[in-house]
Amino acid sequence: MIEKTGIPSREQVMDVFPDVERINKGPVAVIECYKEIPCNPCTTSCKFNAIYIGDDINKRPDLSEEKCIGCGVCLSKCPGLAIMVVDGSKSSETVDITIPYEFLPLPKPGEIVDGLDRSGAFIAKVKIIKVLNPKSYDRTPLVTASVDRKYLYDFRNIRLEETL
Amino acid sequence: MIQTQLAIIGGGPAGLCAAISAAESGSKVLLIERNDTLGGQLVKQTHMFFGSEKQYASTRGIDIAKILLDKLEEHKDNITIMKDTTVLGIYEDGVITAMRDEDKYMKIKPEALIVATGASEKFLAFPNNDLPGIYGAGAVQTLMNVHGVKPGNKVLMVGAGNIGLIVSYQLMQAGVKVEAIIDAAPKIGGYLVHASKIRRMGVPIYTSYTVKEAIGSDALEKAIIWKLDEAWKPIAGSEISFDVDVMCVSVGLTPLNELLVMSGCEMQYIPELSGIVPMRNENYQTTVPHIFTAGDSCGVEEASSAMVEGYLAGLCASDHIGNRHPMYEEKKADFINQLEGLRSGPEAAHIRSGVEKSLRR
Ligand SMILES: Cc1cc2nc3c(=O)[nH]c(=O)nc-3n(C[C@H](O)[C@H](O)[C@H](O)COP(=O)(O)OP(=O)(O)OC[C@H]3O[C@@H](n4cnc5c(N)ncnc54)[C@H](O)[C@@H]3O)c2cc1C
Ligand code: SF4
Ligand code: SF4
Repeated sequence: MIEKTGIPSREQVMDVFPDVERINKGPVAVIECYKEIPCNPCTTSCKFNAIYIGDDINKRPDLSEEKCIGCGVCLSKCPGLAIMVVDGSKSSETVDITIPYEFLPLPKPGEIVDGLDRSGAFIAKVKIIKVLNPKSYDRTPLVTASVDRKYLYDFRNIRLEETL
Repeated sequence: MIQTQLAIIGGGPAGLCAAISAAESGSKVLLIERNDTLGGQLVKQTHMFFGSEKQYASTRGIDIAKILLDKLEEHKDNITIMKDTTVLGIYEDGVITAMRDEDKYMKIKPEALIVATGASEKFLAFPNNDLPGIYGAGAVQTLMNVHGVKPGNKVLMVGAGNIGLIVSYQLMQAGVKVEAIIDAAPKIGGYLVHASKIRRMGVPIYTSYTVKEAIGSDALEKAIIWKLDEAWKPIAGSEISFDVDVMCVSVGLTPLNELLVMSGCEMQYIPELSGIVPMRNENYQTTVPHIFTAGDSCGVEEASSAMVEGYLAGLCASDHIGNRHPMYEEKKADFINQLEGLRSGPEAAHIRSGVEKSLRR
């Protein structure tokens, strides 16, 4: 139970995931903000008006899968690091999953690292394909990994050899 | 005796915003801060803040401090800053006494006063809680984020509120291993997004656990925790031992406001606001008419609300001494509205109830 462990249940994860058809069309955000908190930078950072919270900043963010182009800007602005981008348009075997990652050293494109689930447990090796850290992301770099499709709903983090 | 229109005690987000808003209203302000830097708790916060854009959400705490200091600079003609100066007392005749650089005493006579002294950390009683290696969360943050020193190698974090969760994350970013986070409450107190981001780094969170004892000869070597039953009684045999050289205790803050007590303001114990707080009206004016308050010192909340309270108190204290901002009514309504927005969600239910109790109409 997430209130005790910090780990969302499979139902909670499935509930916020766009369906596979949408993911196969191209990059789209997945917003894992499971509880109402007074926060809204995700909405204000999205230039495509794809995230709706409304006047009451306590409401949970609601994603428009049609409007979202998966640009990733909101990932770097969310103080809860609650958002990732999934893209299933590149291959039928893998999905590209982009996560915010605020630890040093950063992985390098091409590197093979440990893929972790929402409890921090190892699931499979994944290949890093992109690392973005422009100034506008304000020290929240975005890392994209190519992940076996069977781990679509499991993958949520990476671990490098050098890190603890 | 130093004369000034408005003295503000405390240079955290509440005090800084109070100074900016009072200067905008045309008051001559004296801002007094006991540390050698302004910003209060903000200077230790390297993470992005929550809230809405008006209160700089998504900006890192330390950068919010810089934004406020820049705004302060724009009003430097109206604001005098006194750092390294601790206010020691507020007397009934309105005189305040302060000590500068450990030995210079002075008296200040302001026409009005805003107390924005923030909060202090609570500590936890358990055997050997005075062993070196056992710190409060504030001390750990100061070591890491202000002085760049790692407090140790392996940490047990006690407290799964936002502060415990955020400091755990900052420790991991600094390369320190967090063995576990424990909390006596049956549920995680902080925002779940913070809990999840630590959990997916592989750090276990134990709810319904407390510290049984700390073990070590010269410094902390081991921490023993045990489980609490539904009546919060420890269960023998449920002990778990951690080999750690640091225990970080983050079990909450309590308002720091002895100065208000001393000045004769009516105070009340309000658990929802984390301790003894001054009674005040919607202008953040206490029962002593020339004394106003803002921020954690009148109820432990957030930097976002502390800033808005500061703006409001600065505006209203200025009005009280005859410096009415040309847009007083509009500004006041906007600040009150912002506070209501920040306090409207389910996470703020206790704050709403506490604020209601501390309000004098
Ligand atoms: C780890 C951590 C994470 C946080 N994260 C967030 C967050 O994400 N979002 C958010 O909104 N809030 C956050 N907060 C809370 C926020 O930092 C505080 O609520 C806020 O700083 C309170 O502001 P303040 O001005 O009332 O008090 P403070 O920031 O505590 O400032 C009080 C100032 O008064 C000075 N002072 C005290 N006594 C005297 C005296 N006698 N004479 C002179 N000076 C004195 C102190 O030195 C201090 O500088 C966090 C806090 C912590 C500890
Ligand atoms: S990924 Fe880009 S388009 Fe999609 S919600 Fe985030 S900011 Fe908007
Ligand atoms: S910015 Fe992140 S934490 Fe804040 S509401 Fe949006 S998704 Fe939730």
